[in-house]
Amino acid sequence: MTWLIQSAVLLTTPPFFLGVIAKTKASFAGRKGPPLLQNYYDLIKLFRKGTVHSPASSFVLRLAPAVIVSTLLTAGLFFPLLGRAPIFFEGDVILFAYLLALGRFAMILAALDVGSGFQGMGASREAAFGAFSELAFFLGLVVLVVISGSASLTGIFQWKWIHPAWRPVFLLLFAAFFFILLAENSRMPVDDPSTHLELTMIHEGMILDYGGIDLGLILYGSAIKLFLLMAFAISLLWPQPLAWHWHSAALLGLKWTGMAVAIGAVESVTARLRLIKVPQLLIANFVVTLFALLVALFGRRV
Amino acid sequence: MNPIFLLLTPVALGLITLFIRGDRKRSLRRQILFWGALFHLSGTLSLFLPNSKHAINPFLTLDALGLLFLTLTSVLFFLVSIYSFGYFFKEYRSEQERGMRHLYAPCMLFFLASTTLAALTSHLGLLWVAIEATTLATAPLIYYHHHARALEAAWKYLLICSVGIALALLGIFFIAAAGKGKGLDLFVFDFVANAKSLDVRWLKIGFLLVLVGFGTKMGLAPLHNWLPDAHSESPSSVSALLSGALLNIAFLGILRCYQICAAAGLAHFADTFLILLGVLSLVTAFIFITNQKDYKRMLAYSSVEHMGILSLGLGVGASFATLLHMINHSLAKVLLFLTAGQIVLGYRTKKVAEVHGLLKTLPATGILFVMGGLAVLGLPPFAPFISEFLILRDALVKGHTLAAVLYLVCLGMIFVAMSKILLGMAQGEKHEIPGALERYPWLMFSPMVLAAALLIFGLYLPPPLVRFLNEAARLLGGGS
Amino acid sequence: MDWLLVGVVLTAFVILGSSRLDSCIRMVALQGVLLSILPPMVRGSLLDWHGLFLAAASLAIKTVAIPVLLARSLKQAKIKREVEPTVSLHYSLLAGGAIVVIAFSGFKLLPVPTGPFPTLLIPAALTVVFIGFFLLISRFKAITQVIGFLVLENGVFLFGMTLIRDFPLTVEMGVLLDLWVGVFVMGIMIHHIHRTFDHIDTKAMASLKDAE
Repeated sequence: MTWLIQSAVLLTTPPFFLGVIAKTKASFAGRKGPPLLQNYYDLIKLFRKGTVHSPASSFVLRLAPAVIVSTLLTAGLFFPLLGRAPIFFEGDVILFAYLLALGRFAMILAALDVGSGFQGMGASREAAFGAFSELAFFLGLVVLVVISGSASLTGIFQWKWIHPAWRPVFLLLFAAFFFILLAENSRMPVDDPSTHLELTMIHEGMILDYGGIDLGLILYGSAIKLFLLMAFAISLLWPQPLAWHWHSAALLGLKWTGMAVAIGAVESVTARLRLIKVPQLLIANFVVTLFALLVALFGRRV
Repeated sequence: MNPIFLLLTPVALGLITLFIRGDRKRSLRRQILFWGALFHLSGTLSLFLPNSKHAINPFLTLDALGLLFLTLTSVLFFLVSIYSFGYFFKEYRSEQERGMRHLYAPCMLFFLASTTLAALTSHLGLLWVAIEATTLATAPLIYYHHHARALEAAWKYLLICSVGIALALLGIFFIAAAGKGKGLDLFVFDFVANAKSLDVRWLKIGFLLVLVGFGTKMGLAPLHNWLPDAHSESPSSVSALLSGALLNIAFLGILRCYQICAAAGLAHFADTFLILLGVLSLVTAFIFITNQKDYKRMLAYSSVEHMGILSLGLGVGASFATLLHMINHSLAKVLLFLTAGQIVLGYRTKKVAEVHGLLKTLPATGILFVMGGLAVLGLPPFAPFISEFLILRDALVKGHTLAAVLYLVCLGMIFVAMSKILLGMAQGEKHEIPGALERYPWLMFSPMVLAAALLIFGLYLPPPLVRFLNEAARLLGGGS
Repeated sequence: MDWLLVGVVLTAFVILGSSRLDSCIRMVALQGVLLSILPPMVRGSLLDWHGLFLAAASLAIKTVAIPVLLARSLKQAKIKREVEPTVSLHYSLLAGGAIVVIAFSGFKLLPVPTGPFPTLLIPAALTVVFIGFFLLISRFKAITQVIGFLVLENGVFLFGMTLIRDFPLTVEMGVLLDLWVGVFVMGIMIHHIHRTFDHIDTKAMASLKDAE
């Protein structure tokens, strides 16, 4: 039962939250904005089209979209979205992190495969910033494992018994994961998702050569990635109940929408950082996570 | 007299002079300064009378060590206040220099008050407040000349010393943490009485922090950077007090914590670091005195040297000799800075190369300057010879052979380097000098008193002084 | 109370990584607010006059007086509002990370003094002290040096919370008064430095040395 519902939620809802973000940004700017379901229309449109591949490219380019979507969907099955995750075992945190990393790897390879300058630049930036944000991500996972004593996502997010002395740690981690989310999904202070100036983009730069179904898959993949990282961040503050109920689906919709609005708000009020400042933000993030780890290790009242 | 008046009178007079502004009223401010100093001196001396009251409340309790520092400061301050009549009457100044000259008297008085507080209190927290207050009171004095170099010196002084002293506060907190849960207040005597129950690890770190923190202010070697700048850029009377009183007060801060360490059986641990910093200071002083171009900076480095001697002396267990040396160094260094001030007035330069024929041009100043120089180098028959010799003897007796050898070598090298500069300045033909020394008697009185004292103490140590120093040294776990 | 300590350390990080002077000053003020809430909490009762008085005094000095003074001298000096550190902000932040690790693990070597304060207090205080130190040695503008000094002082103040039961109020007041006068004098000097050198970069103040 949970199995089915979680798969359905994972497959269908992610583009909706992208729509929420776009709507929030539009309303901050005083515009009406695209309809909430615009991303679905875009995806449908793209899936109807055919695909053209550059003759200079190899199978990597063709394989990448499938790898990205499948790794992300698999990762999603480990996450306790509505009650217990469909699949869970000790150590699935690490698998989760590596599945995300594999998706990124495929993306970078595909961008390099085309051999175009802009893609290469985007790939290099993605790799550089990814290195910083993954550092913080892994460290954050370590903190969670230390606190909860469990190496499974399902175990981590049932933290009702956790000592109140550790509450500040969760706030710190939430802040850290929020920035990781922004960085990983090419959101505002790090990358501008709406820009089309090749020199300044990161994520958009890498997918310039895609079209049709492949582009659709990549857009779909990035929506899932956003969805999963939002799940991670919001569950730190307010975890989903572990037993399945119909109202936990409503709760999920509520929390994720709130998170999407928050992202939209942050994106609206910040300017994109100069590229040179991005590593600084990510390093700061890493330091905050490090601090969280130390607080977790030492903060326990003796 | 109740010691509280020693504290309150300078504060009150300082506040009054703060509101007497303008160049015209200068002599009035100087007079207030003088009478305040005289009052303080007579009050301090009255504390030596039998049956005088030394304890007001637990916070303000004067012990022998505090009385020693208080008396020394008071005497020197009085002499400097006399000197101020002459020095600032005709001090050379250029046109761009304008500013808050009226702050001289109030800041001097505030400095006197804070030093008094530091000497009076045996509460570590209050001691810290007082020592920090001396920094704040002297910073405007260093900036007296209001030009770029003075500003640089004052900024360095204020920042480096404030940071150092913040570390000392951390150290005091560590020491307090060592007595945590024993119901101890932060009184030195409380700690000494309960020394055995203190947590040694916290105490060790605390002492190191205090040593580094107050050591910065005292001018011990790796952290002495502010000292030469501040001494060379401030007016000579201020330099004299910086060397003769301010550095000592920082030393008092170290001594108080040393008392606790010694009582807790950590004397050996503390000694190692004191000797280390001492030797380092001696070496640094030698390096920078060699070929020094500015004679006030040379005197400042000589202060670094002597602070090193004090630290080393305490470290090798020569408490009596260290305290004696502190007195001797203060007398000699104040003498030197006051005569150096006369040289600045006369020659209008601080460069060694431009001063020649001092003995023929300004004979009295020259003789006093050379006397002070020889005293500070540790030549007999002047007083520092005795104390330096006693430190050497104690070092050898207590088995610190390596420290004694290094001490001797450094003193020898500094002797060569500094006497070359001093003699170069003193000898030579008579010179036409650009400045005239008016009010010469005012300028000469204090140096002559100091020179006489150095000579007398060098030939004969009065038994009451020896008894008094022994009493103070006993507090440090030494003396006889 | 843990929240406050975490907040204090975070503000120190922000100062370390921030490139604008006015946001540094604002963070110092925020840190002052967080620190001022601590004394009544550590003393355990909100109606305890010692704690309340200390809180009021430190709020007045650390949050109002000093930041206002700094902001004013920043305005008067009309300087570039960038921090311009010698160590790049990336490395500053990494150094901050190293500092936290050192402070926390160094603390573990020491015995914990018993007291009614959270265990986080001492490592947090040490972290802030070290960060203040780092700010002092890595920044050259006069005003950033003052900020570094303030952060250092705040760390020491935080450490002093362990002793709040032993320290008499008068002495605490003395410490705060000293801090205030010190920063006041520094503020006046910043003004003079600006007037004399036309900027407040202390690198220009290097005319005093031994070899000329």
